[in-house]
Amino acid sequence: MPEVMPARLRFRAARVVDPASGRDEVADVVVQDGVVMPADSGPRETVLECDGLVLAPGLVDLHAHLRQPGREDKETVESGCRAAALGGYTAVAPMANTDPVADNASVIHEIRELGRAANLCDVFPVGAITRGLEGADMAEIGEMVEAGVRVFSDDGRCVPTARVLRNALTYARIFDGVVIAEHCEEASLAEGGQMHEGLISASLGLAGQPRETEEVVVARDISMARLSGGRLHLCHLSAPRSVEMVRSAKAEGLRVTAEVTPHHLVFSDEDLATYDTNVKVNPPLRATEDRAALRAGLEDGTIDAIATDHAPHAVEEKEAEFDQAPFGTIGLETALAAVLTYLVEPGTLTVSRAIEAMSTAPARILGAGAHGGPIEPGRPANLVVFDPAAEGIVEPPFASKSRNSAFLGRRLRGRVVHTVCRGSLVVADGKAQR
Amino acid sequence: MNKHLLSIHDVSAPDIVRVLDTAESFREVGTRIIKKVPALRGRTVVNLFYENSTRTRISFELAAKRLSADVINFTTSGTSVSKGESLKDTALTLQAMGADAIVIRHSSSGSPLTLTRWVRGSVLNAGDGTHEHPTQALLDLYTMRDRLGRIEGLRVAIVGDVMHSRVARSLSFALAKMGAETTLVGPPTLIPPDATAWGVQVSHDLESVLPKLDVCYLLRVQKERQRQQYFPSVREYARLFGLTRERVTMLPESALVMHPGPMNRGVEIDSDVADLPRSVIEEQVTNGIAVRMSLLYLLLAGSAPEGGVTDA
Amino acid sequence: MSASRLMDEDEVRRAVTRIAHEIVERNKGASDTVLIGIAARGDDLARRLAAEIERIDGTAVPVGALDITFYRDDIGMRAEAPEVHETRIDFDINARTVVLVDDVLFTGRTIRSALDALVDFGRPTAIQLAVLVDRGHRELPIRADFVGKNVPTRKDEDVRVALREVDGQDAVLVEERIRAGGMEGA
Repeated sequence: MPEVMPARLRFRAARVVDPASGRDEVADVVVQDGVVMPADSGPRETVLECDGLVLAPGLVDLHAHLRQPGREDKETVESGCRAAALGGYTAVAPMANTDPVADNASVIHEIRELGRAANLCDVFPVGAITRGLEGADMAEIGEMVEAGVRVFSDDGRCVPTARVLRNALTYARIFDGVVIAEHCEEASLAEGGQMHEGLISASLGLAGQPRETEEVVVARDISMARLSGGRLHLCHLSAPRSVEMVRSAKAEGLRVTAEVTPHHLVFSDEDLATYDTNVKVNPPLRATEDRAALRAGLEDGTIDAIATDHAPHAVEEKEAEFDQAPFGTIGLETALAAVLTYLVEPGTLTVSRAIEAMSTAPARILGAGAHGGPIEPGRPANLVVFDPAAEGIVEPPFASKSRNSAFLGRRLRGRVVHTVCRGSLVVADGKAQR
Repeated sequence: MNKHLLSIHDVSAPDIVRVLDTAESFREVGTRIIKKVPALRGRTVVNLFYENSTRTRISFELAAKRLSADVINFTTSGTSVSKGESLKDTALTLQAMGADAIVIRHSSSGSPLTLTRWVRGSVLNAGDGTHEHPTQALLDLYTMRDRLGRIEGLRVAIVGDVMHSRVARSLSFALAKMGAETTLVGPPTLIPPDATAWGVQVSHDLESVLPKLDVCYLLRVQKERQRQQYFPSVREYARLFGLTRERVTMLPESALVMHPGPMNRGVEIDSDVADLPRSVIEEQVTNGIAVRMSLLYLLLAGSAPEGGVTDA
Repeated sequence: MSASRLMDEDEVRRAVTRIAHEIVERNKGASDTVLIGIAARGDDLARRLAAEIERIDGTAVPVGALDITFYRDDIGMRAEAPEVHETRIDFDINARTVVLVDDVLFTGRTIRSALDALVDFGRPTAIQLAVLVDRGHRELPIRADFVGKNVPTRKDEDVRVALREVDGQDAVLVEERIRAGGMEGA
């Protein structure tokens, strides 16, 4: 039951980390009428004490699967948004591999409306590149751009031919700020692969797919970006050479961006030794040395953003035999804590860089101007307040309808306390208000 | 010993010696007129076979029966297994029936481990996907020890489709544990690139390996591998890697020829070669019963029976 | 944990000789008799008895070994399955007199297992039991026909027979069981 939303909220004495403005200092942040206000005191303020807490621009997830329409048993836009808000996200970009596919304005509108009705975070639906994700005919990109879409992706699938990708990248140049996001996977090498191909897969008797499955397509896609002059974004990178190629592409001045998931930053193929289907993901978790390259790439900015690739699956599907189980892990509720525990705490990333990767950069790629900071008077209030020291074990119940978390049973440090979406306190003291 | 036998890694070298020594006694039982001992009387052993395999299933069935256990067969033809019941639900049903041991053969690697999450009894892996087949490796070790007097220091070649062979994995791991020297032989497309990390050598030239062997162990080559283009044709495979009449003479006199069965006569092994005295393929089968009796006995005799009610 | 010696080497030797005489006397010769020792030490004792019988009576008595591990009544009650020894009975026991030989007779459960095992090998005319030491505390209605020495013991004591073939010396020792929890050998 939502209480009457306080008219004026003061977050007192929080450590404000705002990469967009370069701020990292203890300060008050005041929110009223949906925007950030100057921090002088005002009438009838509700004060939330934030001593020891971090206040940052709300997180933005470039890559999640909310499963609606089509698989509402696994997740709905509403449950996914609740999971997102509890994870500190104020914006989520749900991928287009729904049923029906989001390859036209009607489905886009439907998804956006569901997000509005849930009223927990902003939803930026991703449109398909090709009709039905079939990889052949281009979807009506223009119509979807008019409906507000900025990112297009056939994620779940890889665009099968260079020609289709080239056309999409080229065509999309009509529209400002439109990004083609690719799931890089060479189909014939990936075929039958259950995990990373290496010593572990050989010993477990599971078919694997090598790094080249991704690298071959990253190389192709970067070439097409060069050829077309379009904007390319590479989803969930897993291999070191992919990172190198992105580095070179950026140095060359190509408009290429990249993301990595929390689970690829934390786990490796060794975590599959017990055939745990919760860590069966695509692209697969690769070797420990690959993980180091991903972390370094994130740290030096080659990889722009962290995106969850939140992929809910039904319990019975994930409880099946390993090779029958679908790929994916949920991640919206654990992403921030995972990054804080495994990357910030050990010193691989600063808090500021982590927030930049989880908020500022994805907001920029998504074209979500209201998100990502800077936190200054007049700008929409999309904020997250979290306690970096609070510890907890990842276990059900989750806000997500599904439970397939790679982090199940792990102890993580970092708890979202408040989430503010367009000035509304959607999560207060760790509890969703809707 | 561990409660389950899911992989060769579940047994230490001393455990393996124990299994083989105990199997000696069970082999003796097999020579009696009454080939039965009451050791596992009142226990229930379930054969949960998702893959068709009459010979392995019968081997386990005989082993359990000769220990006086009750045997239940859940196989793919008939029963709920074929009606699409999930592994979890089948497991819970068996658990409710009080199965003391479940012998599982399944086409998905890792499914025996998954099964242990839902049952209290012992789980024995009778072959899971391309992962492991530990009881086969143990009966192979038994056969080698029986014929050659030792395992340590033996030079063994495993020839064929190692990539897709659970037998090759279990056997390689077992031989390494017992101090034997193993060489994997086959086309590069059929040997995992990281296999040397298993403590084995790799060769793509069978004839260069043969003269120095104590055991030549042949794997079955499946025709679908040719369809998947791991090698151009069965004919070419046989020409390069088959143990032909000519090639078998390159083996030392005392060397054994082994095969887990069933054989593709004329492909990985010539028909005449299969029938030579040094081909101990039939002995492997006989020894299989004794070794499986030994395993069932060692796994179950060290634990109380499932369920509260014992025999009336 | 001091062990006291119940029988020394000479006493063991004399007991074996006396039992051999008794077997021959009771069965009016040894022509239809076979000896089956219960592994492990009963096996060695059986061979000694056979040698003595041959010396006394001139008959070569067949000797076999029987491991009863698979016939025990306590399978599943111990932390680890006990070690298995060899069973070797290369002769027919039908219509013969089987003399079972064991080192120590205690609760009688081992002999019960041996009887069950023997029945699977055939149908002897009679089964007799020869033991080196009877220490009492029977839990089943089992009795020995030939006894080397009757030794009253406490239940918490351990009686161990050492034989030259296995232990390098002949002796019967009794010692108090270490109360460290968990069972010692049967």
